[in-house]
Amino acid sequence: MMFETLLFFAFSAVLVGAAFGVILARNPVYSALLLVLCFFNSAVIWLMLDAEFLGIVLVLVYVGAVMVLFLFVVMMLDVNLEELRKGLAGYWPIAAVVAGLMVFAILDVVVVKHLGGVSLGAAPPLPADYSNTRVLGEALFTRYAYPAQIAAVILLVASIAAIVLTLRHRPGVKPQNVGEQVRVSAKDRVRLVKMAPEKRP
Amino acid sequence: MNAFSVAAFNSGLTLATPEIFLGLAGCGILLLDLLIGDERRHWTAALSIAALLITAVLAAGVEVSGPVTALGGMFLVDAMSQALKVVALVIVAVVFVYSIEYMRHRGILKGEYFVLGLFATLGILVLISAASLVTVYLGLELLSLCLYAMVAFDRDSGRAAESAIKFFVLGSLASGTLLYGMSIIYGVTGSLELGTIAAAVQGGLATNIGLLFGIAFLIVAIGFKFGAVPFHMWIPDVYEGSPTCVTLFVGSAPKIAAFALAMRLLVDGLGGAHVDWGQMLVVLSVLSMAVGNVVAIAQTNLKRMLGYSTISHVGYILLGILAGTSQGYQSAMFYTITYVIVAAGSFGMILLLSRHGFEADRIEDFKGLNARSPWFAGMMAIFMFSLAGLPPFIGFWAKLGVIQAVLGINAVWLAVVAVLFSVVGAFYYLRVVKMMYFDEPVDAARIDGSPLMRAVLSANALLVLLLGIAPGALLVVCAHALP
Repeated sequence: MMFETLLFFAFSAVLVGAAFGVILARNPVYSALLLVLCFFNSAVIWLMLDAEFLGIVLVLVYVGAVMVLFLFVVMMLDVNLEELRKGLAGYWPIAAVVAGLMVFAILDVVVVKHLGGVSLGAAPPLPADYSNTRVLGEALFTRYAYPAQIAAVILLVASIAAIVLTLRHRPGVKPQNVGEQVRVSAKDRVRLVKMAPEKRP
Repeated sequence: MNAFSVAAFNSGLTLATPEIFLGLAGCGILLLDLLIGDERRHWTAALSIAALLITAVLAAGVEVSGPVTALGGMFLVDAMSQALKVVALVIVAVVFVYSIEYMRHRGILKGEYFVLGLFATLGILVLISAASLVTVYLGLELLSLCLYAMVAFDRDSGRAAESAIKFFVLGSLASGTLLYGMSIIYGVTGSLELGTIAAAVQGGLATNIGLLFGIAFLIVAIGFKFGAVPFHMWIPDVYEGSPTCVTLFVGSAPKIAAFALAMRLLVDGLGGAHVDWGQMLVVLSVLSMAVGNVVAIAQTNLKRMLGYSTISHVGYILLGILAGTSQGYQSAMFYTITYVIVAAGSFGMILLLSRHGFEADRIEDFKGLNARSPWFAGMMAIFMFSLAGLPPFIGFWAKLGVIQAVLGINAVWLAVVAVLFSVVGAFYYLRVVKMMYFDEPVDAARIDGSPLMRAVLSANALLVLLLGIAPGALLVVCAHALP
């Protein structure tokens, strides 16, 4: 138990440090890489909570797909951060005051006064052949089937919206027409011309 | 959490027929729209309106005797959900009728507007029927995502893009706040189902500091979605910046969703903690009535003025909810429904007067409307009188209801504040009426608009008058919905 607690604090400390790094790093590529570090540490904490599936999905989806996309975007868009940060320095005193008040208020309620509420007791130890994936799948396709469908509609809306807002039909572009390319035959491309032989002068 | 049964889930599907039909219709119309050419785009609109009306018939036809939860405890049908669904569906259909001409004149008549509108309506239905924090959040997110995209719909307008970004960032912040509040409430009560949460709150958690902490975050999110002061900053900019047809959409049906959000979370889930959230709503309500009504006076843009007018009306709706009595909830529901009907009509008037290259969104554009079209000047006057709360229009009964509700809990000072600010508010509504009847017209163009739009707009205005003379039927619906 002692060792697990130590591990938890170690990973949490790296997680919080990396999260600070994400917003403080000057170079956006470093920010993205530190976010990857955050995700890895959260995944480890999830693993320690016996939620292997979520931990692995976090690494696969967020680190493997989303963050790679982020890195591409950050590298491709040549954002001049110095320009963006110019006005930012003037705001930090008020930001620090607001953030400090928020942290104080939250700590006051969560740590000093305790949230209280119903006690569900400690989670019972799980059997050795317990499968996270199976349990999640069962929940998703039975009890949570309705929310899962709505989430699917939300994803559909997101893709419709992205296409509506970005797709432009520019005139004068020469795109490939696959249908015509497939239907093409030799007759359209090569014209055989019969002509009388000519003598070279 | 009771056991899950497949048979119960399947039998619950019949209760969700309206949602299922609307979702499938949205997908079908999205595909059909690909086959319809640009010059026949009004067919997409017609199909969407038909889908909405069929869904409304289905929603009215679901037979339940009392509240029933279904689909694994995620979905709830009761008298309130049925009434609100029918109103929301019909209002969106009317909004679509008003939008067609305007979009055609601006070259933005695209099928996706209607598809996004249909999915937004699906989000409203999901939210109205939510019985769990999960479905509340998903319904709200579905609605909001569609709205963000619709605000940015006119891609060549920089103002629309700016207001869409503002709406998106602030909306995401509000969703984050909502999730934070929900997670705390889940942590305190140990359940996502509103029924179980209500039981836990009744069972002695009402004074729990953690619960209060969660409620505060929920109130912020509800205030934002309603557009109540001090979370109203997005309303004027989004109303002014987006194309008028989208302003009409954002300003009408989503208010019903916001009302349902407040009722489901605060009354169904946290009814036992009314003492706490009631006080928070008092602040929001008084500030909304004050800021909305006073700042609206200074506006020259009619869309912006109606935006501030929305903020003030939200203050009155919150008055009914904060009363915490069934009379209060009924009056708030009555207020929401009537406000949405009137708001649809008044934005419809802006759409009617606008034409190619002319927005008709300044208050001066209504100068001398009586000389140009006495009939539609009369219609606009009906809407303005109703918003101001003058008898015999529907807005009068709505205001009377919420004021009676706060008098019912002996909050006389709140009633006095409400009456005072409604007098302040009357000024800017009557100014529009004055300009229509007593000023010279600056613009002599003929009033266009398809016969269908003119007919629906006239019916909309006459409904406001008719309900004002005989509000009994709607009052009975509200009383039946929230006994």
